[in-house]
Amino acid sequence: MSKEVITGSEALMRALHNEGVKTIFGYPGGAIMPVFDALYDYTRGETKWFDHVLVRHEQAAAHAAEGYARVSGEVGVCLVTSGPGATNTLTGVADAMMDSTPIVVIAGQVSIGALGSDAFQEVDLVGVAQPITKWAYQIRRPEDIAWAVSQAFYIARSGRPGPVVLDLPKNSQTHTCEWEEAKVSYVRSYNPYPKLDDKAIEQAAKLINEAERPFALVGQGVELGNAHSELLEFLEKADIPAGRTLLGLSALVSDHPLNMGMLGMHGSYAANMKTQECDVLIAIGMRFSDRVTGLPSTYAKQAKIVHLDIDASEIDKNIKTDVAVLGDCKQSLPAITRLLRKNNHKSWIASFKQYADMEDERVIQKDIHPADGPLLMGEVTNVVAEVTKGNAVLVNDVGQNQMISSRYFKFNKKRSIVTSGGFGTMGFGLPAAIGSCFGAPDRTVCCFFGDGGFQMSIQELGTIMEQQTPVKMILLNNNYLGNVRQWQDLMFKGRHSFTDMLNPCYGDIAKGYGIPYDRVTDRNDLRAKIEKMISTEGPYLLECAIKPDEDIVPMTMPGKSVDEMLLELDY
Amino acid sequence: MNQEKKLYTLLVYSENIAGILNQISAVFTRRQVNIESMNVSASNINNIHKYTITAWSNEEQIVKITKAIEKKIDVVKADYYTDEQLFIHEVALFKISTPILLETPEVSRTIRKHDARMMEVNPTYSTVLLAGLTEDIVDLFNCLNEFDCILQYTRSGRIAVTRSLEEPISDILHQQEEEGNGDAE
Repeated sequence: MSKEVITGSEALMRALHNEGVKTIFGYPGGAIMPVFDALYDYTRGETKWFDHVLVRHEQAAAHAAEGYARVSGEVGVCLVTSGPGATNTLTGVADAMMDSTPIVVIAGQVSIGALGSDAFQEVDLVGVAQPITKWAYQIRRPEDIAWAVSQAFYIARSGRPGPVVLDLPKNSQTHTCEWEEAKVSYVRSYNPYPKLDDKAIEQAAKLINEAERPFALVGQGVELGNAHSELLEFLEKADIPAGRTLLGLSALVSDHPLNMGMLGMHGSYAANMKTQECDVLIAIGMRFSDRVTGLPSTYAKQAKIVHLDIDASEIDKNIKTDVAVLGDCKQSLPAITRLLRKNNHKSWIASFKQYADMEDERVIQKDIHPADGPLLMGEVTNVVAEVTKGNAVLVNDVGQNQMISSRYFKFNKKRSIVTSGGFGTMGFGLPAAIGSCFGAPDRTVCCFFGDGGFQMSIQELGTIMEQQTPVKMILLNNNYLGNVRQWQDLMFKGRHSFTDMLNPCYGDIAKGYGIPYDRVTDRNDLRAKIEKMISTEGPYLLECAIKPDEDIVPMTMPGKSVDEMLLELDY
Repeated sequence: MNQEKKLYTLLVYSENIAGILNQISAVFTRRQVNIESMNVSASNINNIHKYTITAWSNEEQIVKITKAIEKKIDVVKADYYTDEQLFIHEVALFKISTPILLETPEVSRTIRKHDARMMEVNPTYSTVLLAGLTEDIVDLFNCLNEFDCILQYTRSGRIAVTRSLEEPISDILHQQEEEGNGDAE
């Protein structure tokens, strides 16, 4: 029987459908028009395969795809045109690379005959994308679409996930090919799941069994490997307290007795201080980012370090490891747990309380239950966390709003934190929240941002208006680029070089987009207004008038050791 | 870890796909390490290309560079070696002035002494080829340069084979093809 002859654009639709794609975040343009024409039929009527979400800027398409991927565990998909459309996605692509987020960006390209001629909207996309992607590939013939798309999804989601960019010249969209389905589940040069090394497992178990003061660092690898129950069995059997990285916050429920809080520059005091007292440090699916380690030369020098990671290039990259356990933590954790003795570290765990109490008294209570003065970010987060009972997804932008909302939000469910950790992309929050709503339609999505980051993606209110995306937007407005302002006060003699902002009337903006809006200035109204926001169907923007010069503490100053963390800032 | 800089040789095996050279060299660029020499050729395994790259670095850095290269999807394997672990060769071509060659018998003697081969002689210039170690080639260059006879000179990148029997990736490819990529579950 002869094979069906179809256009490359039609082949792309079928290839995406075969990969289980349901939602596409995109923006049309000249060099991707044949694909958008094919998409027309597959987004309506009886042949509806996809929801297409028309964003208002291609960078937002990439962040939305990231949000979608982070909450759902599926690959997020973007569809954009060539040149500026493609380069606009690259901030999101770099963000996805840093935070191991599986997205596939499909970008139009000029026909292969015009490549290299500086044709209209031509850019060497594969060339510029290579350093910030897991894989970047130009599909030069329509007959390569089926396998290349399948391989893109396979690479994006397998092993340590990451972004893939597909560059699709116009001839590959318009020319025809014989359709032949492809399912890629093997790439000769690629080893996504390193085999467990029994010796390393034994060595790790031995160190942990002999430890008197073990401390675990829980990273996003646990979420990506879907190893939540394996983590619990591991921690509970050996009675190991754990700190969580920013990206690993929902890998372990907030109120678990072994949860000692967040790691990092603005993390929990106890988790940071105790890093310098433990005798065995067990890093699980985390990469010793500089925001976690502080000064690496002094980091956990007293401890033996066990590092569980799926990516061999992470071992010894930032912190020298004593035992490296390569592999997926879904497998490596239970393999180690089997060799662990049931243990009890009661007094060691109790010793965290001294630091936790200090932080509670000197920082947390002041943040979440202030007696007077303007609204604080911590109290807003705390009320949102209480009202949503730890069941919501937290999406945040970058800066003070990110640190505070991450510190005080509560997580009862996995895959509940969507944040730009490694790349620190301002403007990430709002589009990532849109993507999160599509990726987890049954969950409440709360998005915290500041007045700076909001304005970097404010055009996405248009997407929210059109889709009626039910994002609960909490604008923490301090009329400052607060994090930089805090650093200027600490390190640049308080010279506020371009960090104070003249803001627009956000109520008028919300009105223009037809989005329900409210503003809270008085803490007596806070809970009622947050309850109203959460109970209102659809999108909602709540602007909170925040103390202009609120600082985030605790804080480890750049270049300092994690045990030099400060509970108060003196400047 | 030893921080002393040494000349390391990386052997990298990749699929034959456009753009990999760029990805490999970018790993060095990002860490501000100069590539001393690079040679790319087909290997004896179908569709596998072999890169021989030399760079001055310390062991800690070269380990990170090697891992970062091996992480690239289309790279099958990357390993680093010191000179003792490899059989190494380079090639150089010297274009020299024939009149000086004829006038100065020392030039011919120098060429013979270095086991170099005369590839072409015509009235204006002659071409000399020398295959050997870097030191041999540099030595011949320095000697000929004293006679002021060199018109052009070029040296290839280093090529190397390991002291193991087969290509270091043969086992990996067999194993991968038998077992696949494995799975998360």
